[in-house]
Amino acid sequence: MKVLVPVKRVVDYNVKVRVKSDGSGVETSNVRMSMNPFDEIAVEAAVRLKESGAVTEIVAVSAGNAGCQDTLRTALAMGADRGMLIETETELQPLAVAKLLKAVCDMEQPRVVLCGKQATDDDANQTGQMLAALLDWPQATCASQIVLSSDTATVVREIDGGLETVEIDLPGVVTADLRLNEPRYVTLPNLMKAKKKPIDVILAATLEVDIAPRLATLWVAEPPARPAGVKLNNVAELVAHLRNAGVIA
Amino acid sequence: MNVLLLAEHDNAALNEATANTLAAACLIGSHIDVLVVGNECRPVAEKAARLAGVSHVLLVEASHLADGLPENIAAQLVAMAAGYTHILAPATSTGKSVMPRVAAALDVAQISEIIAVESPDTFTRPIYAGNALLTVKSSDPVKVMTVRATAFPAVGEDGCAPIESVAAVADRGRSRVVSRDLTRSGRPELASADTIVSGGRGLASRENFHAVLEPLADRLGAALGATRAAVDAGFVANDLQIGQTGKIVAPQLYIAVGLSGAIQHLAGMKDSLIIVAINKDAEAPIFQVADFGLVGDLFELVPALTKALD
Repeated sequence: MKVLVPVKRVVDYNVKVRVKSDGSGVETSNVRMSMNPFDEIAVEAAVRLKESGAVTEIVAVSAGNAGCQDTLRTALAMGADRGMLIETETELQPLAVAKLLKAVCDMEQPRVVLCGKQATDDDANQTGQMLAALLDWPQATCASQIVLSSDTATVVREIDGGLETVEIDLPGVVTADLRLNEPRYVTLPNLMKAKKKPIDVILAATLEVDIAPRLATLWVAEPPARPAGVKLNNVAELVAHLRNAGVIA
Repeated sequence: MNVLLLAEHDNAALNEATANTLAAACLIGSHIDVLVVGNECRPVAEKAARLAGVSHVLLVEASHLADGLPENIAAQLVAMAAGYTHILAPATSTGKSVMPRVAAALDVAQISEIIAVESPDTFTRPIYAGNALLTVKSSDPVKVMTVRATAFPAVGEDGCAPIESVAAVADRGRSRVVSRDLTRSGRPELASADTIVSGGRGLASRENFHAVLEPLADRLGAALGATRAAVDAGFVANDLQIGQTGKIVAPQLYIAVGLSGAIQHLAGMKDSLIIVAINKDAEAPIFQVADFGLVGDLFELVPALTKALD
């Protein structure tokens, strides 16, 4: 069974982002970039499914500029078999990414697309669902457990009220949540070996899909800061302050 | 402006986030239809009809719509989309599953978790775990959006909209709910609680988490919340997680106990009215957002606080 794993290059989640002074966006130059943590979990899930024999081939795909090669190398070092870069300098919004991935799915015919549930930069939580809609495939988002059979995926999903187990027919889209697994560390030998694995570069323009942004950024602002609070000496002071603020009886 | 709003419910009760989402809809336009999709869910439609500002409640009932499967719910919305300029849902598990499917099927963008309506085509939403606020203008003919409930005060209940039944789309048939393991609790729902007592890794064990925090939560009538670390460590179930990828809350009072305040956690609670932090580490980032802080041993301070409230 072939699995396609889309991976996104984002500002590393440990970086405290800064809004540009002109309000045009967030500072991304000279900032450490990494694979979106949820995509890392998706890659790990795919590799474990391959190790268990349920999956035979893992194709990692990324869309964006040449810098995404790094992200693909990380996926290959974790255990993906080959990479595909859909190269473009255009700002990609989730609908555009879903359309590019649909074109890749039409070519590659995977049985499962396994992606992160959201990216930590735009926090959109859309691409997997959009791809499923464009392909007219079923979906199981926010997975904390995945069991594959030849025709179905049984997925435990994290939902608002607790957990839900769904079974979807394949082909289908599954998106990874935090507790699906803990991704392995990439070791230097594996990173060296990954250099020998192939990465195909496809220019986005050759896929003939409309990737123009639908949403124009008007401005990006810092959230309002909370005024500095006070450290109190004891519980009695705290209770007095809370009563004064009217938040406890 | 014609707005179609997907109601959130479990076939028995209307989720409160629907009334918050309706408040956002009211800022967009005055014609607002609320869609109730489910099975044997007329009481939900009757409740929705009482919400202020609703023009019509559209009720779709079928057994294959009972479980809220995104394939079916999205197909229903797409079938009914003609004539609407905006399609909204609360940013709940269901809304987040369904709305991107709707948007892609209509070949338009989806705008996630809006926190402000600047105009009928311009909206603000948090990005980077709430460390930046993005304002976007949509050029699409129909705006498909999810709404962060805590950003909009719920509308009242002085309406009496007519309820119209609408035919169900066919079952897509390629997905099934096998089982649900939902947490039952006598406490208020986390997303709409006035007071939240939240714990992190500092509680050190499942037993401590409950033994230390529950008496305080009981005393305050509060919901319990947790950090990712506490959920990962098995102290509590996943549905208590607050943060960038968990629940977004904004209660009147948020008491953060034994949690450091990672940016991913702050993303889920920093809009709370009053934040109290109890932590032994005076340098913990949670103190930077807390209105009131107590530095010390939570195993002494929390029981003392509980006692002081008696």
